Amino acid sequence: MKIAKALATGVVLFVLPISLAHAGTLDTVKQRGHVKCGVNTGLPGFSFPDDKGRWSGLDVDVCRAIAAAVLGDAEKVKFTPLNAKERFTAVQSGEVDVLSRNTTWTQTRDTSLGLNFTSVTYYDGQGFMIKKNLGVKSAKELDGAAVCIQAGTTTELNLDDYFRSNGMKYSPITYDKGAETVKGFEAGRCDVLTSDQSQLYALRIQLKDPGSAMILPEVISKEPLGPVVRQGDDEWFNIVKWSLFAMVQSEDMGISSKNVDELKANSKDPGIRRLLGLEGIAGKGLGLADDWAYQIVKQVGNYAEAFERNVGQGSPLKIARGLNALWTAGGLQYAPPFR
Amino acid sequence: MSQPGVTMEFKMHPELPPPAMTVGVVGWFRQNLFSSLANTILTLVAVYMLYITLVPLIQWAFIDSNWAGTSRDDCTGGGACWVFIVKRLDQFIYGFYPEAERWRVQLSFALLAALCVPLFVKRLPKKVWLGAFLLFVYPVLAFFLLYGGPFGLQVIATDQWGGLMLTLVLSSVGMVASLPIGILLALGRRSTMPIVRTFCVAFIELWRGVPLITVLFMSSVMLPLFFPEGVTLDKLVRALIGITLFESAYMAEVVRGGLQAIPKGQYEAAKALGLNFWKSMALIVMPQALKLVIPGIVNTFIALFKDTTLVIIIGLFDILGAVEAAIKDPSWLGYAIEGYVFAALVFWIFCYGMSRYSQALERKLSTGHTQ
Repeated sequence: MKIAKALATGVVLFVLPISLAHAGTLDTVKQRGHVKCGVNTGLPGFSFPDDKGRWSGLDVDVCRAIAAAVLGDAEKVKFTPLNAKERFTAVQSGEVDVLSRNTTWTQTRDTSLGLNFTSVTYYDGQGFMIKKNLGVKSAKELDGAAVCIQAGTTTELNLDDYFRSNGMKYSPITYDKGAETVKGFEAGRCDVLTSDQSQLYALRIQLKDPGSAMILPEVISKEPLGPVVRQGDDEWFNIVKWSLFAMVQSEDMGISSKNVDELKANSKDPGIRRLLGLEGIAGKGLGLADDWAYQIVKQVGNYAEAFERNVGQGSPLKIARGLNALWTAGGLQYAPPFR
Repeated sequence: MSQPGVTMEFKMHPELPPPAMTVGVVGWFRQNLFSSLANTILTLVAVYMLYITLVPLIQWAFIDSNWAGTSRDDCTGGGACWVFIVKRLDQFIYGFYPEAERWRVQLSFALLAALCVPLFVKRLPKKVWLGAFLLFVYPVLAFFLLYGGPFGLQVIATDQWGGLMLTLVLSSVGMVASLPIGILLALGRRSTMPIVRTFCVAFIELWRGVPLITVLFMSSVMLPLFFPEGVTLDKLVRALIGITLFESAYMAEVVRGGLQAIPKGQYEAAKALGLNFWKSMALIVMPQALKLVIPGIVNTFIALFKDTTLVIIIGLFDILGAVEAAIKDPSWLGYAIEGYVFAALVFWIFCYGMSRYSQALERKLSTGHTQ
């Protein structure tokens, strides 16, 4: 009897029926009190537990920004580490409210999975790392090369496309884990290593002498990474999308977590006042508090702060902004007007 | 020829010590390592192999290694950087379990140890009750201690469980639950009742026919799609159910092996005593059968313990998963080997412990029928 009782208690405790199955995600999240966010099980710079066991990274900060906008508290996020294969099911089944897990925006995924890509948090692309002493300056000179591949979902396909369309031959050597790939490259199993550029930097600092390798300028694929939500909940879709825009827009306007309080109190700039919710539509259209964007900037920071802290100059990865610079600095990060 | 009149006393020469070359260290070496040309060559090759592997290993793991520090800047020795492990040790043991609540994990494991130790004392009265308490009451206690709920304990959701603690939870639940289910399935498979037998055979063959990774994957990817929208079953529970059902199928076959080794006379003797089926099984057959298959059972347990690492594919961080997540931290990139060595050492300690325990158990239960 005791066991049966304990089992029953366990089942009741673990099967968590959400009463408002048909309510919008926003209401569900508000009622629940935290955002459920799917992240990578571990990707340098994007999603990883730090020394204190706290999830960190660019993708993770996106989740925190959404929580700050919706609940006013960036810490009210529950992270669900997800694998590449289970990530879409997790969104579809409602296990997570938003998937912020270095997921490339493609037509198939956007149109046939019942999902919507909201916006781009990081413009990535597949690239090559090569030992400097080979004297190769361009990927076009790689005919006949042995290529170490860190297995990804589309890495092998992109590589094959590139070599075939340029009429070159190559022999692939595929590895599963980053550490193995680096060892293979270091031991000379291959001449060149390919992966997404953001990951090449992470692989390079694992070399004994990181200065001995360089990353070639060619980017052979477009990998726009961004958060994903369920299709059919436009309200939630808007919230995620505009949370990201608020980060980019605040960088554009020079608002950071350091000066946001001062600007909120003193700024006369109508653009800044609109973004921080002091005038204009503020949070009405989104169904959020008027200071939603203020909370994002205050608690998480603007896009530049999140970028530099996690993958840029403030991190060991030191990835340059590149395509992820603001549109005014030659990059692609651009937010529609806040008015 | 002795001289007449002179008596000579026959005196034994005192025993000479055996030749120096056949006793002591030298003798042992000669007898075991250099007894023939082939053995000498093999010994020399083995010594050389040990030399080329052990020396760099010790150099790497101890002489050139760093132990104290706070960041990768303290890794200056050129060898292993154990700073990474020291710094992350709490995470490897408790996962994301909140620091302030970790006493609950410590308490539940201390309690387990305290309950287990008396079991090793021979001739302790009422040992059965202690065992029953350990099997039936302790899991409930440990569940409420770890998960929280009553007594004002803060609820720690299972997504914050991780590290060694999660490995132990997964494997101990798997072991404790799969053995009884396995015994029932084994009995069912040998049953003469067609429905019971068919069910048991189908169950065993189905679960043995799929890899554990597939079971876990199905539980995390397919299962949520079958539930009504908004209802989710806890990931850990899904994994536990998957592991238990999977392992019980293997356990059933191990136990069946034992049942088949029991001579028919034992069954008949039990019947002749007037025991019913369950009594004859519990009192006569099972004690003998289980004793026979201890190596098989422990084998399955060890495999189960190591199989728990597969839960990483459903996003649960057991000790290996915790290590793999930690090596993705940009501030510790490049210290993967230290992490894997640590995880391997922990697994080896537990598996070796289990294997020693099973050997001790076999000796204790041996009734002299084996040579």
